[in-house]
Amino acid sequence: MTATPVSPSEPEIGRARRRKEDARLVTGRTRWTDNMSLPGMVHLAVLRSPVAHARISAVDTTEARRMPGVHEVVTGADLAERQGSMPCAWPVTPDMKTPYAPALAVEEVHFAGEAVAMVAARSAAEARDALDAIDVDYEDREVVLDIEAAARDDSPLVHEELGTNRSATWTFDSAEAGTGGDVEQALRDAEIRLDRTFRQQRLIPAFMEPRSVLVDPTGEQYTVWSSTQVPHILRTMMAMTLGVGEHKIRVIAPDVGGGFGGKLQVTPEEMLTFLMAERLGRPVKWTESRSETMVSGHHGRDQVQRLSLAARADGTVTGLKVDLLADMGAYLRLIAPGIPVLGALMFNAIYKFDSYRFTCTNVFTTKTPTDAYRGAGRPEATFAIERMMDELAAELDMDPLEVRRRNWINHDEFPFDTVAGLTYDSGNYEAATDRAVEMFGYQQLRDEQLRRRQRGDTVQLGIGVSTFTEMCGLAPSRVFGSLSYGAGGWEHSQVRVLPTGKVEVVTGTSPHGQGHVTAWSQLVADRLGVPFEDVEVLHGDTQSSPRGLDTYGSRSLAVGGVAAVRAADRVIDKARSIAAHLLECSEQDLDFSAGRFSVRGTDRGMELTEVALAAFTAHDLPEGVEPNLDAEVSHDPENFSFPHGTHLCAAEVDTETGRVRIRSYVCVDDVGTVVNPLVVEGQVHGGLAQGIAQALYEEAVHDEDGTLTTATLADYLVPSAVDLPEFHTDRTETEATSNPIGVKGVGEAGTIASTPAVVNAVVDALRPYGVTDVRMPCSPQRVWRALSGARASSATAAESGGGLGSVDPDQAFPTGGDR
Amino acid sequence: MIPAEFDYVAPSTVEEAVHALRDAGEDAKVLAGGQSLLPVLRMRLAAPSTLVDLGKVPELRGVREEDGNLVIGAMTTHHEVVRDGLVNEHASLLALATRTVADPQVRHRGTLGGSLAHADPAGDLLAPVLAMDGEMVLAGPQGRRSVPADEFFVDHFTTAVGAEELLVEVRVPKHTGWSAHYEKFNRVAQAWSVVGVAAAVLVEGGRIARARVGLTNMGSTPVRAHEVERALLGASPTGEAVRRAAERAHEGTNPGSDAGADADYRRHLAEVLTGRALATAAGV
Amino acid sequence: MPRITVDVDGTTYTDDVSPRTLLVQYLREQLGKVGTVVGCDTSNCGACTVHLDGQSVKSCSVLAVQADGHEVTTIEALARDGRLHPVQRAFHDNHALQCGFCTPGMIMQALDLLAEDPEPDDERIREGLEGNLCRCTGYQNIVRAVREASRQMRPGAGPAMEHSGRTPAPRASTEQADTRVTGGQS
Repeated sequence: MTATPVSPSEPEIGRARRRKEDARLVTGRTRWTDNMSLPGMVHLAVLRSPVAHARISAVDTTEARRMPGVHEVVTGADLAERQGSMPCAWPVTPDMKTPYAPALAVEEVHFAGEAVAMVAARSAAEARDALDAIDVDYEDREVVLDIEAAARDDSPLVHEELGTNRSATWTFDSAEAGTGGDVEQALRDAEIRLDRTFRQQRLIPAFMEPRSVLVDPTGEQYTVWSSTQVPHILRTMMAMTLGVGEHKIRVIAPDVGGGFGGKLQVTPEEMLTFLMAERLGRPVKWTESRSETMVSGHHGRDQVQRLSLAARADGTVTGLKVDLLADMGAYLRLIAPGIPVLGALMFNAIYKFDSYRFTCTNVFTTKTPTDAYRGAGRPEATFAIERMMDELAAELDMDPLEVRRRNWINHDEFPFDTVAGLTYDSGNYEAATDRAVEMFGYQQLRDEQLRRRQRGDTVQLGIGVSTFTEMCGLAPSRVFGSLSYGAGGWEHSQVRVLPTGKVEVVTGTSPHGQGHVTAWSQLVADRLGVPFEDVEVLHGDTQSSPRGLDTYGSRSLAVGGVAAVRAADRVIDKARSIAAHLLECSEQDLDFSAGRFSVRGTDRGMELTEVALAAFTAHDLPEGVEPNLDAEVSHDPENFSFPHGTHLCAAEVDTETGRVRIRSYVCVDDVGTVVNPLVVEGQVHGGLAQGIAQALYEEAVHDEDGTLTTATLADYLVPSAVDLPEFHTDRTETEATSNPIGVKGVGEAGTIASTPAVVNAVVDALRPYGVTDVRMPCSPQRVWRALSGARASSATAAESGGGLGSVDPDQAFPTGGDR
Repeated sequence: MIPAEFDYVAPSTVEEAVHALRDAGEDAKVLAGGQSLLPVLRMRLAAPSTLVDLGKVPELRGVREEDGNLVIGAMTTHHEVVRDGLVNEHASLLALATRTVADPQVRHRGTLGGSLAHADPAGDLLAPVLAMDGEMVLAGPQGRRSVPADEFFVDHFTTAVGAEELLVEVRVPKHTGWSAHYEKFNRVAQAWSVVGVAAAVLVEGGRIARARVGLTNMGSTPVRAHEVERALLGASPTGEAVRRAAERAHEGTNPGSDAGADADYRRHLAEVLTGRALATAAGV
Repeated sequence: MPRITVDVDGTTYTDDVSPRTLLVQYLREQLGKVGTVVGCDTSNCGACTVHLDGQSVKSCSVLAVQADGHEVTTIEALARDGRLHPVQRAFHDNHALQCGFCTPGMIMQALDLLAEDPEPDDERIREGLEGNLCRCTGYQNIVRAVREASRQMRPGAGPAMEHSGRTPAPRASTEQADTRVTGGQS
């Protein structure tokens, strides 16, 4: 039986604990990978292709080898037999086309930024100097940049040997799956039919800590420190890719400075650092510059989304057809083919569609590979459907909230089987929306909007709505299996009560800013009735935390946190049997509360600490009980969890300049049980910032030669404090039924929900001018062009509007301006 | 990222600096605040043989009055310019524009002379200096010479400073009693100006007696909006007068197209922002 | 190689450095002051912010030789006798950090902005931090933390340690200090 969590004071769950992690981080007492230095360590620098598509006809390293301090220079040809091919773990279809993906290009480069040679030298500066002395001859080939053109049969090919740029086409059809009707029929019968195309621009995760890898080959095991989200996956994949025994590799993710999916990767540079260390027999460290991050770390999003929506004249939606093109870039990285598939089941969102069909074609281009970025497939889906719902509202001249109310799943309809085949366990969209509307002052803002429209104000007000849900807590292993993912979705935890009563929690999640140490401490402290301070959380090292599937997809709490709770319960079960033995009573007579076993109806009892000491001394244990208070659990969830929320954005649009300013942003999220409200709020804030940044600021732009022109933080516009508004957040709490603590996950919610709220607000402001869309990011120029275009054509032109932001990145300096 | 190797000289007088520059040859580069130069070196977009650091030349720093001019040492930092009482009183346009440069850390290191000599057309300090008829004093082996702003800025990142010369001070005629505004338009806070407008007006007897308008990033050099200035002369400072004058802001400009904006959008912005800058400056 | 003498966090160091060595490299690689980090190549992110003679600078855009004869203060000098500086404490109390990579620079810049304006409103705080990027927090809790720290550091609000020693004292304002830049973003 599980214990009732009661602490001497207030329960830990729900308490705004200040983070344990902070003490080191605010004082500079940190362990970033690049902070580490080992005796005999040399530095690695990577030469990258300046061209997007070319045959490597010659590489001359003679001069580089003679440069001062240089230990070794290695080219792709040198590694051709050794390096294997970078792994892709998600073959979404049996016939998926997967190109050879060497860590160091051997015969051909397929994107600007691809690694072609590497140098190990005494200092990082000397290694960098030697790169300039390597002479590579490139025979240019045709670049493939536009995703739609790339998908056509007449396109030049990225990988000649594949015979096509189309890697795979993945389909879901509700009629075939038996989860709904035939969408073509629904579209034929539709009283209202909307067809829209949206562009999800390419983004760069832009975690603050550039990646770094240190490999020490001097022990019995290779020790790999890496700035990664996925130490466990890295270990397995490194072993499989390089043919090294998995037991000979230890991976450590020390302090990791953000990831956002960008470090959910097994990188060429990790392999290269390993191979150089293997070659030299001494520690090798690679730390990238920001410019390298931008071109060689994977990018995110980048889809063309075509949607057709069928509805009745009263606003009831009946069918949805989605046709996507997803840009994989030059290679298939770790889970890239599955990113659009993660969105496939979410386009129907919180609405009761009768029929649904989803098709996605993954396409190669000669650009940096894409992969997970915060939300991974779900922001794309949410953006498209939430834009469509606003389009439907505009079409019907209804309030966008009313259209949603008419179509969403009511709170008394849960559990609800969706047209995409998922079962949403719980939710209350009405409650979250009502609260958001109240906080926002919805009607007052609508009134102001009307006044501004009537007086032709140069600054117009728009109101954007986004009522989203997401599937997270990735994932039930059986579902991953059905989607052909190459691994499970379980998570592991071990809880150990030490002889002195202090507690160690081992977790397979690998935090990089989320606060797992604090949250897991709260969970286990409550469960075991021990002080929060007495719990230590061990993670991020395959030696101390041997099993796990790491941190991504808002899975850590809903899967890993639950594993810790279940392991704590097992510890209690074990302690109970020892306590019963020592107290000479039956287990059923013992109550466990606040860290103490008491014999019901008596004043006799035993502290957990005493049981731990008894287990350690092992002088008098029950038959068959081993001398420790340890327990472990590999937890595999039964279902995803489905956080949801209502986000409302009021944006002011300066019609003279095109500038958008967010005037007010309100969100009410339902992430289930909240372990630490401070941490949850922080996750929401950060998520909002990234979602808003997609709507307004960020875009990875390539020129006609395939060179990334936004390859520095001067050109790729990560917003600062000045560029973001104050957020007004609140929560409703509907417990998830899929786990014992009712949690859902919060890591991606803000990012998923906010982008369409902002763009809907921008478009709403401009609808009186005939604008129906502005392509992201809604830069001042794009907004202004959407307005000018709409003014120039008739106000009823359906296709007027944005997407015209043209780009001529011909800049003399990547940095400019007076400084 | 790490710059390529270079030699380093830190002279302590202008004379020494001029010698050092001559001795170092044509691949030498002057290091002022370094806030543009060091990123360029780190990216290895330039690899000078020698850096001549002016940071230890005290005479290049500070602001003084001389013959109706403000004389601002080339190595006076943005932070010092922003806080300087003389600049705020007699050249408030420059102080206001300098407040918008980059961010606080950069303003602590970056210098007026460095910005002007770097001559990035997106730089915010070129247009105010041009608009106020500033002059740059250059020191070289042959002594000193003074170059008016409209001759100083030659092209993108190109000025009249000769290979063996240094920009030592900036002379700006006093604009005492003028009201000014710098209107900067950029994508995010630390981004370069898409377009900027430097405007100053002197209102006397209810009329605009004199006007100065300079445009940032509307060509390969800063642009003086002479037509706007002319249109303002003698006008009463009203919204209508300002608007009419601002319509001429694009005249004489030759903006480029880049990732930030196309030329036609820049021309449009120049009008809108000139109107706003003048309106604020004139208190309309 | 030029020889430099620099006071870093109260210790005087004399070293030969290559002219191309950046101040941040010198701190990290030669002095082991790895609390200060590097996040970019273009001086945009501000993660490397330290104080040079009491003013915030981006130590990736200063050469080590330029620091010769000067005093450098890093994040590592703020806590005293095991007690966090009020700004550090406010960051902790307000959950103003997640991954923590930007935090040293953010805190050092927050100190600078409080020296510039001891009672900043939220807009001033945001402007004062415009040269520091954070990808985790959305800045809101950072703004909160700075606001709270400013309250605790006001004269009479607590021990005098906050503005003594190695952190910058409030700077005298100029007559123009209240002139705000209107329009555009500074």
